[in-house]
Amino acid sequence: MATTPSFYDTPSPPGLVGIKAWLLTHDHKRLALMYLWAVLFWFVIGVSIGFLLRIELMFIGRTIMSAEVYNSAFTLHGVIMIFLIAIPAIPAILGNFFLPIQLGADDVFFPRLNLLSWYLFMLGGLLAIVSLFSGGGFPDTGWTFYVPFSIGTKHNVPLTVFAAFILGMSSMLTGLNFITTIHRKRLPSMGWMQIPLFTWSLYATAWVQLLATPVISITFVLVIIERFFNIGLFDPDRGGDPILYEHLFWTYSHPAVYIMVLPGMGIVSEVIPTFSRKAIFGYQAIVYSSLGIAIAGSLVWAHHMYTSGMSDTAVFVFSLFTFLVAIPSAVKVFSWVSTLYKGSIEMTPALFYSLAFIYLFSVGGLSGLLQGAAGPNIHIHGTQFIVAHFHFTVLGGTGFAFFSGLHYWWPKMFGVMYNFRRAYIAAVLTTVGFMFHFVPMFILGLMGMPRRYYDYLPQYAHGNFLAGIGAIIMVSGILLMLINLLLSFRNKIAAPDNPWGGCTLEWMVPSPPPLRNFITEPHIKEYPYDFSDILTNPPKN
Amino acid sequence: MTSQRDLTGIRIGMWLFLYTEIILFGGLFVIYSVYFYDYSAEFAKSGKELNRLIGSLNTIILLVSSFMVASSITALRREAKKLCLGLLAASFLCGGIFLINKYFEWTHKIAHGIYPNSPALTNGPPGKNVFFGLYYIITGLHGLHVIVGMTLLALSFLLVYKGKITAHHFSLLDNSGLYWHLVDLIWIFIFPLFYLIL
Repeated sequence: MATTPSFYDTPSPPGLVGIKAWLLTHDHKRLALMYLWAVLFWFVIGVSIGFLLRIELMFIGRTIMSAEVYNSAFTLHGVIMIFLIAIPAIPAILGNFFLPIQLGADDVFFPRLNLLSWYLFMLGGLLAIVSLFSGGGFPDTGWTFYVPFSIGTKHNVPLTVFAAFILGMSSMLTGLNFITTIHRKRLPSMGWMQIPLFTWSLYATAWVQLLATPVISITFVLVIIERFFNIGLFDPDRGGDPILYEHLFWTYSHPAVYIMVLPGMGIVSEVIPTFSRKAIFGYQAIVYSSLGIAIAGSLVWAHHMYTSGMSDTAVFVFSLFTFLVAIPSAVKVFSWVSTLYKGSIEMTPALFYSLAFIYLFSVGGLSGLLQGAAGPNIHIHGTQFIVAHFHFTVLGGTGFAFFSGLHYWWPKMFGVMYNFRRAYIAAVLTTVGFMFHFVPMFILGLMGMPRRYYDYLPQYAHGNFLAGIGAIIMVSGILLMLINLLLSFRNKIAAPDNPWGGCTLEWMVPSPPPLRNFITEPHIKEYPYDFSDILTNPPKN
Repeated sequence: MTSQRDLTGIRIGMWLFLYTEIILFGGLFVIYSVYFYDYSAEFAKSGKELNRLIGSLNTIILLVSSFMVASSITALRREAKKLCLGLLAASFLCGGIFLINKYFEWTHKIAHGIYPNSPALTNGPPGKNVFFGLYYIITGLHGLHVIVGMTLLALSFLLVYKGKITAHHFSLLDNSGLYWHLVDLIWIFIFPLFYLIL
């Protein structure tokens, strides 16, 4: 087995050497790692900006930055976190690496398109950087780019919006590639109900990426056209309707939150059964709930706009659909908890993050229902409550699932094991810091403190100070986590092929995998989460 | 590289891409429908200012070119390479004529003071401003797609000529054809929405 060289030693296409072996590669695993480094780069920047924002808010009045810088900073934080991290992170990194392997395939269906997606991603990131320093500086509109302000402001909206457009294309092409791969490159012996749940979640995600992203593309194109030609499509003075922009924006951007969270749920659905040594509870229920979330989640966008002006009937309908999305999400949470029940649980950092995910995501989801209800929404709309809610779902959900996935698959991707002790300390710091950071925002929001405000009244001082302390704890946890993962390269503790006792196909191949992923024809089990072999023959650590 | 010969897979990928294009224009059609609801009368009045003759001519040109692209694939599969090349060249030409017509239409309107942010539109009725705003955006974006489609046709022509696309290996031609049909299909929606409003 050990004689087959890993993909690190086998360039694809063959003959490429040095940096070219990476920059021109068609290998899904190399591309996944290239995404990993790019996303981690942005993640560090995004976290730092968010951190500075909360430091600014710790004290009343100016602390470290001016109000203008603050406006651009929260926009930059949002744009980076949404378009450059939350949307691409799990599909483009972990999905690219493991989707083909979980299907028993040697690569994605369109390897060159995969490379193009990476270049589009890098181009989008580059344009975002350029827009920081050109044409009036980075936008101060918030990541939502609401008209009419985004059309009127002197800051460099067109370039940033164009960057988001390019990033959308990258995400769309990745989705297209995944759907085709799942349909055409799956092992012929693998039926639909034998596909691992992570890949299933990516399938549901890919459809949302494909069907929702063009709407934001055209919306952003319209913003750019308005900036240059001033047609007035969203200008009420000249017959336009600014609320139409909000509808179009959220038609994509609400499904986009499911692009972010569905793959995360897929990771948790892999991690929980592996460390419970128990078949996942309700495999089919999880599959169908992924699809259910993808469909129902596409019909709820206007719950972001109850206060923007729309009919009571519309509010009622969108509120109803919002509540319906909670059902498939809850099905998943119950399935995970039922999987843990009476399992022989083995604690690892990956499982820790997944357990934190279940808790944090539940809080995020339930607070979302509070907002989806037409009455309470009027009170909390546009307050810090909203900020707390979506950070619970996007950071507590997608983020923690991503951390869990990184710790779960790190040994497989790099063939090295990280230090558990430091990983636990980092995970605890991150989770505790997270709670201290965002719970005060729930309370601040209920007290009436608006989001995106640079300064505030004295009654909000305690909450903001506490949130700042939480930010310091959380950021130190995240940094420790990243450092610990990077230290694994220096310590070089070789990881076995199947360190956790997982039973999906990626654990049947060497760590790191060879170029074509499989040395021998993979064998498909009747049921993807059948742990009987693992239980009779447990992994040795 | 067995995957490269999975023609069904390649076609699935192309169809998925065409979906995204349809939704891209779908977003614009949604905007159109909202504003049509708001300004039905002004939309109908503005629509009459467009030249129906050129519009109909362009529709016919695109339909014919779509037919020719489809035929070129059949021709290639029956090993009639020259016929295939001829049909592709003719479709390319149709695309060119379409764009020339569009150019005359646009310049004619611009000469009459109807262009984005023009005084005539800004100070005129709001429905008219929105109608012509959408007209320029949608036909402009469609025009870009025509150019992309023509590029694909030209590329296919070149590769058929060089013998890289053959009767057994014609995915690129097939997909270029599909793209060209999409360009045609979108025009089939644009034409009545702007030229034939009653």
